[in-house]
Amino acid sequence: MSGGLRLRGLRKSYGDLQVLRGVDLDVEPGEVVCVIGPSGSGKSTLLRCANHLEPLDAGFVQVDDVLVGYEPRDGRLHESSERDIARARLRMGMVFQQFNLFSHLTALRNITLGPTRVLRRDPTEVEREARDLLARVGLAGHADKLPAQLSGGQQQRVAIARALAMKPAVLLFDEPTSALDPELVGEVLAVMRGLAEQGMTMVVVTHEIGFAADVADTVVFMDDGVVVESGPAERVLRYPESERTAGFLAHVRRHPEKETDHA
Amino acid sequence: MLDSLHTLEVVRRKTFVSRWGTGAVLVAVVGWLAVTVVTSPNLDWVVVGEYFLSTPIIEGIGTTLLLTFATLGIGLVLGAALAMMRQSRNPVAGAAAAGYIWFFRGVPLVVQIVFWFNLALLFPTLGFAETNAVITPLLAAMLGLGLHEAAYLAEIIRGGFLAVPRGQVDAALTIGMTRAQATRVIVLPQSVRVILPALGNQFILILKGTSLVSVIGGGDLMTRAQQVYGQNYQVIALLLVATGWYLILVTIAGIGQRFLERWAAA
Repeated sequence: MSGGLRLRGLRKSYGDLQVLRGVDLDVEPGEVVCVIGPSGSGKSTLLRCANHLEPLDAGFVQVDDVLVGYEPRDGRLHESSERDIARARLRMGMVFQQFNLFSHLTALRNITLGPTRVLRRDPTEVEREARDLLARVGLAGHADKLPAQLSGGQQQRVAIARALAMKPAVLLFDEPTSALDPELVGEVLAVMRGLAEQGMTMVVVTHEIGFAADVADTVVFMDDGVVVESGPAERVLRYPESERTAGFLAHVRRHPEKETDHA
Repeated sequence: MLDSLHTLEVVRRKTFVSRWGTGAVLVAVVGWLAVTVVTSPNLDWVVVGEYFLSTPIIEGIGTTLLLTFATLGIGLVLGAALAMMRQSRNPVAGAAAAGYIWFFRGVPLVVQIVFWFNLALLFPTLGFAETNAVITPLLAAMLGLGLHEAAYLAEIIRGGFLAVPRGQVDAALTIGMTRAQATRVIVLPQSVRVILPALGNQFILILKGTSLVSVIGGGDLMTRAQQVYGQNYQVIALLLVATGWYLILVTIAGIGQRFLERWAAA
């Protein structure tokens, strides 16, 4: 099988705390995977390990048949050079809970920085594409605003445009709506829904069970550093096989605001 | 009783008398000091006026400014490099930077200036030339001031780096930048706003610190003032000339700092 994102046997500890205890995940091209689970279950660490923001203790990540962050040599996986890691990361875009827009740059410059500085593409062409992307996320009139002048929902949509500008094979979303005021969640989810419909490969760590039910092809339930259950979205969300999945879903449906509040 | 309170006139506490009292004492003390100094028969104001715009003093100011900006330049470039080394994941680079800062911050500036001036005693030749032909008093002064300043600026710049949220680097990495690129393109510009106020303060310290190069005859304002009073014995008058010029330069620097900060905040 080729393309897509493969995570195999991912292990990651911080001191004595085992955050990932052997996680496997396959994402096919065009597939939307939602990862759900209680806080502290390792979901965010999984994404940060996937694009090597955090180095792994064991296991490997492959995107588009390219190994991320490591190269096999004499029977071991050696961490790649900064340059090679950066190049492999280009295949994955990431959207953060706290948006992380570059605070000293305008919305437009946030989007054009990667293509011009990293990919060394023609600035005029890049700017035209960036303006198209801003229009696509509904922010055509906000190109020259600084992040501080935008609402949380608008910042997150710029962040999505920034990730798209690099033309990644996979987009990773780390709780993209958890830091937003409730009335701003919808506009971000709408943009993500649009991307999914256009065939973008996406891995979304989220507490929005409704979004997962509507948009995801596959839902993965994680708890305590392992994948407890995964399968077609409807099956996992409607007829969970594991009691832990069922318990979590029942809890979230009873207290939706609690699960979206925390960081 | 309570019903009628709102009808009463409100009277502020009287601070008038005590305020005037302290004020008058202060004015009296400062005034007495000023009059004593200004009217002292040992201070010749004609000499102060004569030398304030004289050639040696103006040349000295030129050298003082040259030293100040050279020190700031060396300090900023080297300090930024040291700050990046301290941030780096390479333990050797980190330790080297920490060692540099420890040493150059720990040894008094005068000692460093005198050391560079006397480098010839340690290395009589520098490969291509006589050490004393290369290390002029001015270059010794620049080296002493610049290398010392770099240690301070490294810590200030590092503080600025730490003020930039970690997520900014994460975001830069995810659009394909290397760590070094992220530091240069994202972290450095964002830390300027944090660094600038401390930098203005440091500029004023450097400006005044250049007067220390007079111990090696560095040719700055203080050196020139000393040379003049070494000949005419008008020590106080020439120290007043130097004092006046330092205050003028520091005042201008303070105004410049306010403009820079306003620009950075915008």
